Amino acid sequence: MSEISTDLVRHLAGLARIDLSDSELESLTGELAQIVDSIAKVSEVATPDVVATSHPIALSNVFREDEVRPSLSVEDALRGAPEREGDRFKVASILDEEQ
Amino acid sequence: MAKDKLLDFDKAIELYEPVLGFEVHVELNTKTKMFCGCANAFGQGANTNTCPTCLGLPGGLPQVNKKAIESSIRLGLALGCEIAEKCRFARKQYFYPDLAKDFQTSQYDEPIAFDGSVTVELESGRELTVLIERAHMEEDAGKLTHVGGATGRIQGADYSLVDFNRGGVPLVEIVTKIIEGAEADAPEVGRAYVGAIRDIVRSLGVSNARMEEGNIRCDANVSLRRRGDTKLGTRTETKNVNSLRSVERAVRYEIQRQAAILEAGGTITQETRHWHEDSGTTSAGRPKSDADDYRYFPEPDLVPVAPSREWVEELRATLPEPPAARRTRLREAWGFTKLEFQDVVNGGLLDVVEETVAAGATPADARKWWTGELARIANAQGVAAETLVTPADVAQLSSLVASGELTDRLARQVLEGVVAGEGSPAEVVEKRGLKVVSDDGALIAAIDEALAAQPDVLAKIKDGKVQAAGAVIGAVMKAMKGQADAARVRELVLERAAQ
Amino acid sequence: MSELITLTAAELAAKLASREVSSVDATQAHLDRIAAVDGDVHAFLHVSADAIATANRIDERRAAGEAFGELAGVPVAIKDVLSTKDMPSTSGSKILEGWRPPYDATVVAKLREADLVPLGKTNMDEFAMGSSTEHSAYGPTHNPWDLTRTPGGSGGGSSAAVAAFEAPLALGSDTGGSIRQPAAVTGSVGVKPTYGGVSRYGAIALASSLDQVGPVSRTVLDAGLLHDVIAGHDPFDSTSLTDHWPSMAAAARLGATGDRLKGLKVGVVKELSGENGGFQAGVKQRFDETVAALTAAGAEVVEVAAPSFEYAVAAYYLILPAEASSNLARMDSVRFGLRVNPEEGPVTVERVMSATRDAGFGAEVKRRIILGTYALSAGYYDAYYGSAQKVRTLIQQDFAAAFAQADVLISPAAPTTAFELGSLVNDPLAMYLNDVTTIPANLAGIPGMAIPMGLAPEDGLPVGLQLLAPAREDARLYEVGAAIETLLTDSWGHSLLSQAPLLTEVAR
Repeated sequence: MSEISTDLVRHLAGLARIDLSDSELESLTGELAQIVDSIAKVSEVATPDVVATSHPIALSNVFREDEVRPSLSVEDALRGAPEREGDRFKVASILDEEQ
Repeated sequence: MAKDKLLDFDKAIELYEPVLGFEVHVELNTKTKMFCGCANAFGQGANTNTCPTCLGLPGGLPQVNKKAIESSIRLGLALGCEIAEKCRFARKQYFYPDLAKDFQTSQYDEPIAFDGSVTVELESGRELTVLIERAHMEEDAGKLTHVGGATGRIQGADYSLVDFNRGGVPLVEIVTKIIEGAEADAPEVGRAYVGAIRDIVRSLGVSNARMEEGNIRCDANVSLRRRGDTKLGTRTETKNVNSLRSVERAVRYEIQRQAAILEAGGTITQETRHWHEDSGTTSAGRPKSDADDYRYFPEPDLVPVAPSREWVEELRATLPEPPAARRTRLREAWGFTKLEFQDVVNGGLLDVVEETVAAGATPADARKWWTGELARIANAQGVAAETLVTPADVAQLSSLVASGELTDRLARQVLEGVVAGEGSPAEVVEKRGLKVVSDDGALIAAIDEALAAQPDVLAKIKDGKVQAAGAVIGAVMKAMKGQADAARVRELVLERAAQ
Repeated sequence: MSELITLTAAELAAKLASREVSSVDATQAHLDRIAAVDGDVHAFLHVSADAIATANRIDERRAAGEAFGELAGVPVAIKDVLSTKDMPSTSGSKILEGWRPPYDATVVAKLREADLVPLGKTNMDEFAMGSSTEHSAYGPTHNPWDLTRTPGGSGGGSSAAVAAFEAPLALGSDTGGSIRQPAAVTGSVGVKPTYGGVSRYGAIALASSLDQVGPVSRTVLDAGLLHDVIAGHDPFDSTSLTDHWPSMAAAARLGATGDRLKGLKVGVVKELSGENGGFQAGVKQRFDETVAALTAAGAEVVEVAAPSFEYAVAAYYLILPAEASSNLARMDSVRFGLRVNPEEGPVTVERVMSATRDAGFGAEVKRRIILGTYALSAGYYDAYYGSAQKVRTLIQQDFAAAFAQADVLISPAAPTTAFELGSLVNDPLAMYLNDVTTIPANLAGIPGMAIPMGLAPEDGLPVGLQLLAPAREDARLYEVGAAIETLLTDSWGHSLLSQAPLLTEVAR
């Protein structure tokens, strides 16, 4: 049985910055517990001798030359902004400090 | 904010061993950003250098800047690091409005360079080797401006504005292993270490390396270990200490602050602290906690970086002589004492002295002019000495003195002329007519005149009271307007008096 | 209903090239069809206001004698996951409602360069999370074969648009089957290219290491023609392959003409053949018949084992949510999209982000973000994400072993025919199992194709066949796919989609 609890889901929702309601928390806890139980079996075959595959087609050293490409116009950059002041994106005051 | 209690520094060191660690962020001076082709440039309007990738728009994807990889490898090599056979980027995930994708593309458990060392030299001549744990690549965040409130700081602001021009600019973060044994030198070690990184970065040309502009940013970790204990104390991380002097002050402050807390029976909180340049103090920031879960995982939009050994060796061949090795070599070649050499280094005059020697001056002369007269003028004018005259000017001046065409005193006048823009030393000598009078005929005439005017002196000299000649020499030098070699005048005076 | 809309893209392209038909007429015919039936089907989230003007420009240039690519003037529908400068791009989510990107996805730019005519943006499960298109924030798409059923997902809009003759071609994206499964349940053709074969730049990312953009059509040849337009290296996508790709259309034409099936080694994947139950009877029946037909046509059918496939769905539902939780972090109300202020308490940016993401994301998206956040959390990474990446390796090894025995692998493309709207939407686990047949290809990066193989006797709904080829062997899929398509349609005497209900055209 998985260890998914409402507290854990609340913590995860905090990390994921989603303001879940209590009823959402409750239903998600049940669903996640069920899902996690069914997917935890991956560790059965993931033995230490098996290497991990992060990309299905392995490539390496894919680089771009250090040459300037045109940027967006400022208007295009800000076009979707929910709020702006001058040419900058405007956000509500920040509570937390930088990481 | 309550004022921190501080323990006397010497007392703190007597009771505790300071343990240090530094994280230095170096902003690379590539033409473009780390993961997109937007210009790595500032000074234009906000959000002018942005694209779907560095703005974190849906669908944007990163592409690695090859030059940034090269610069990182060169920096790693210059730090004596191993270069990874294969390394990856990872996503460091946290939400913040200046972080366009709400994750930072960084390197986590696979840095491009690791296991290096930097030897720093302290003013006392003591040398200390700082071990480098790793140097890894990452991207910068955008720039936040806090509006409203009293201070322009984050606390109390009404709202904030974001400019993503800096978002995605390449950084290399250099992380030291813990530094033990610095003892009372700990604050200076901090300054010297960051200074050494700055010199290396500058010599490589991979960064503009101006701390005041944020090209190099230092986070200083400080903890104290009670004498006799083996366990490390709890550390604090003082963020963004942005000048060499501040690094020294911040380390010193943290040692004194932590010692005072520990002496009072308190415990140190593991936290970030902010350095306040104006008051020379640190203040508590965000506590580190278990909630810091960055959920790192390999960046799936990028493929591994696997620099071939050939490429690494090609890059190694482009490395300039390491600043520390160069200093040792030059000091030995020039035969300076440690103190003499330190004068040159501290004055930032190493390059010009080297060029002056290359232009033909003796090392002693080059040092004397640059750290003496030129440093004095530069200081008075509030400019850098190397902006006043060229190394070639100094070499020429020095050779005019060596050949006896100028006296030291005349040479100083010539230098004034050169600084004033009157031309090269030779031209100033010509224009001002400052050449030493080396025509014995003219000198003898002046000497005979002076001896005739002072018969009592002549008599004394004839009596063997040679020191009386000074009065005649003075008169002759005055008559020659100083443009005579005093030693030669003395010789001639004694010669004429004997006749 | 205009005849122009029932033509295949290749047929329409030929009429356009000979100037028998104008692009304006062809485009108008499709716009009329959309106006007539999309109220019921709801395949489109947005219909382009520029389509006729675009078509007109192409006609003028053609009249002036300009030479064009084969698909010039042919209308195409675009899945809403793809960024389009001139149309909103929402990925089926409220959080991006009305968002008009300042750039085109590379594949969209390639469509425009090849002078196709974008008709509009097609509906999808929100951020491509789903197998039924019911998770769209803008309401579900209905299956043209039976409007009470789902068209599959996440690309149900694209498959339904093609199956309902609203567009001859569409673009889709396939992370775990989102092109192939909808194709299977709508009787259309869909291809997931080799990972890296088609650029992902400008495709709103679901799971970066799994996503691939690909063609949706009514015939294998049409898919090949569209594949040729969108494939190729893109320096903006670091995972894009630099391979020079052969023409997929040429491969399809080759396959349709000859006896390519004779001597072809066809592997039936034991774990995907429904032997252990779980597959609808009619699906199993049509699959077995197709295997028999292939044998009769001279193919050498062998059974291959892929023991690790048992873990594929589990691995997929760790990798996908993990990568998605990270890719969707940028939906934070700062630079684009929705912004919602908290109803009570202080308005700080942290609380605005949380309130926005609560209001902007649907239940399935929240579920997967939380799951992905969990899978990547400190202390769980190795057991979950790390293990899932290892399962990928095992699955690749299984495929390598299978392809040592067979030229192509086949299986049903979906375990069932189209299911009823609403029947699985509240049972996420059951919904996830719909992708059991398609997921292994995404985990391994290999190309896959779905083509119709008949109607299930019990419900008269389309059944799809999945073909898989080794990585980079996309052309083999087209050759063999066209050969099987020819074999089956010849045996039926008509195309499968010609049997689809006409749909009531309602004047709107």
